[in-house]
Amino acid sequence: MEKDQNNILEEVTQGDYKYGFYTDIEMDTAPMGLNEDTVRFISAKKNEPEWLLQYRLDAYHKWLGMTEPTWAHLHHPPINYQEIIYYAAPKRKKELTSLDEVDPELVATFNKLGISLEEQKRLSGVAVDAVIDSVSVKTTFSETLEKQGIIFCSFSEAVQKVPDLVKQYLGTVVPSDDNYFAALNSAVFSDGSFCYIPKGVRCPIELSTYFRINAANTGQFERTLIIGDENSYVSYMEGCTAPMRDENQLHAAIVEIIALKEAEVKYSTVQNWYPGNKKGEGGIYNFVTKRGICKGNNSKISWTQVETGSAITWKYPSVVLMGDHSVGEFYSVAVTNNYQQADTGSKMIHLGKNTKSTIISKGISAGHSSNSYRGLVKMTKRAENSRNFSQCDSLLLGDKCGAHTFPYIKTENKTSIVEHEATTSKISDDQLFYCNQRGISTESAIGLIVNGYAREVLKQLPMEFAVEAQKLLSISLEGSVG
Amino acid sequence: MLSIKNLRVSINNKEILRGINLEVKPGEVHAIMGPNGTGKSTLASVIAGRDIFEVTEGEILYKGKNLLEMPIEDRASEGIFLGFQYPVEIPGVSITNFMRTAVNEQRKYRGLDPMPANEFLAKMEAKKNLLEIHAKLANRSVNEGFSGGEKKKNEIFQMAMLEPALAILDETDSGLDIDALKIVANGVNKLRRPDNAFVVITHYQRLLEYIVPDIVHVLFDGRIVRSGGKELAIELEEKGYEWIRAELV
Ligand SMILES: Nc1ncnc2c1ncn2[C@@H]1O[C@H](COP(=O)(O)OP(=O)(O)OP(=O)(O)O)[C@@H](O)[C@H]1O
Ligand SMILES: [Mg+2]
Repeated sequence: MEKDQNNILEEVTQGDYKYGFYTDIEMDTAPMGLNEDTVRFISAKKNEPEWLLQYRLDAYHKWLGMTEPTWAHLHHPPINYQEIIYYAAPKRKKELTSLDEVDPELVATFNKLGISLEEQKRLSGVAVDAVIDSVSVKTTFSETLEKQGIIFCSFSEAVQKVPDLVKQYLGTVVPSDDNYFAALNSAVFSDGSFCYIPKGVRCPIELSTYFRINAANTGQFERTLIIGDENSYVSYMEGCTAPMRDENQLHAAIVEIIALKEAEVKYSTVQNWYPGNKKGEGGIYNFVTKRGICKGNNSKISWTQVETGSAITWKYPSVVLMGDHSVGEFYSVAVTNNYQQADTGSKMIHLGKNTKSTIISKGISAGHSSNSYRGLVKMTKRAENSRNFSQCDSLLLGDKCGAHTFPYIKTENKTSIVEHEATTSKISDDQLFYCNQRGISTESAIGLIVNGYAREVLKQLPMEFAVEAQKLLSISLEGSVG
Repeated sequence: MLSIKNLRVSINNKEILRGINLEVKPGEVHAIMGPNGTGKSTLASVIAGRDIFEVTEGEILYKGKNLLEMPIEDRASEGIFLGFQYPVEIPGVSITNFMRTAVNEQRKYRGLDPMPANEFLAKMEAKKNLLEIHAKLANRSVNEGFSGGEKKKNEIFQMAMLEPALAILDETDSGLDIDALKIVANGVNKLRRPDNAFVVITHYQRLLEYIVPDIVHVLFDGRIVRSGGKELAIELEEKGYEWIRAELV
């Protein structure tokens, strides 16, 4: 009784405010800073069900009680969370009429990447001819998927269309209080992808965010959820090799993957956020929590990442191997140049019997950058006869950069085997001379050698992606050797 | 084609080449012999442009151009090829990819478009056959895990692909079994044209039975102390280098 009264009281006293608040919804952006109202504002903007609002609020309160982690090998000025705008309506970029209006440096990079003119226009917001507008391609694409019962849409759409699925799985792999940045994301996440592959379905095409309708501007607090139901298969690609600029410095994304019995989910990403200028000014801070759970027996999750951007990368795509005979894989190339800092790696948590995990990490450091691998392999008591193989290689270009490896291994049973190998190498003068002598310029030679070094990882990428990623690696290191 | 005059070269203030003179004309095959550590590879490296060596005196003209001022890759694109005594490994880079890059960068230098993929692959096929190279080898990483002989064969294969005007082969014969030696020599002979030239560095007269040189030079202590016909090689094989040393004092 008393409780009800309080509720009514609250509603009445806050009514005015709420009203005012709702008029505020017409605004395109939330007021600067983070408090409960910001969270409510975002949720209301997206017309979310009550449970999701509560989920966000709960995360927000947990976040308030947490502190930013300091264990990573990263240095940056303190982030003022009250100076951030947590919601901005997906704005159409200012339409330009021709590529001549685009930053020439950007166009030069596009050209080096071999991105077609039409694609260049799309990426830089130049109006595209109606005939070649990709909308029709996208529609055919969606129809193919729908026929198979595959759901592939933005996270916000999924909340409206399949709320029960979202509710069932959201936060089950990355709990909202998993870590500081995960809590922040769970409170204020903007949008991202949702993907559900039904039982027994092999998704016939690579699911690329590029094809997701309304893919524009997912914002700085991206939230993605991928569910592979029993005996399904999907290969999902995210990101883009074209350089991405964003006025928001802080990015904190969450990706959750669930693989049920016999399901396989392959997740590939190329991340090329603005890394800051040559002096290390500006650039994106990227704090990402990516985790998958092999829930059922014989399931498999594989992460492949190519990281070339961001001023700061904090990211440890992980797999919880819960089902017996499940498989977790992590393939990574992380390039740092100039003053970039990356602290990245993987966690493989073996819970099921006869589980198997592989970690292949290739760090490439140039300039004054710092590149750390941080990994955890845990064999729990129950995870008998499990195996992990980790290979962590560092390639140094020049002598002002740093590479570090922090492998943590915990084994609680006697039948599992964990193997860890690590190497550090440099591009030798002999290799460069050999390439030069064949007519290959030093810049191309470095690109060639670096791509060779990263081949094991690059070959895991879907074909079209791999070709672009190769060019991207070369470009990211341009001018790194004198 | 190549004209070296009074070339003096040092490394870490130690003089290695002490006044080399050498004239190579189109269509010629020169052989350079000499004891270990006398500067044969150094000479080859300096022609190719390796910058750890300091040229203290002299000049090198190639097709009338001052070679010493040209970047290494430009020299290559101008037609200079060095078959390395110790080819390096480039892990993860397939021979196909490596060659495609080299061919197209050289074409770019000459103002040509990249070679169309089918033409390139056909050329690879033809040259592999010429040198009896297994298809599998071409998909492997450059020199990675190759046997000594395979590395040398791979050098000649690259030469065949790049069709240089001046090829310097530094001990390409060492490490080859007798059959491979014949294949390599045969490959070189098929590539001989009136407008290209070869400089073959070797320790063994045997190679010169297959690749018959026009002139044989003896490099001794940083100088060319003798030049002659192919009989000189036979004489060296019989007598060793002692008699030259004796004559020099
Ligand atoms: N990078 C280097 N640093 C120091 N000394 C060098 C270097 N390269 C060559 N030298 C020295 O220069 C001299 C000539 O070496 P080079 O390799 O040219 O001999 P070579 O005639 O090719 O011998 P071989 O028949 O054994 O191949 C040797 O004394 C060698 O030690
Ligand atoms: Mg030598």
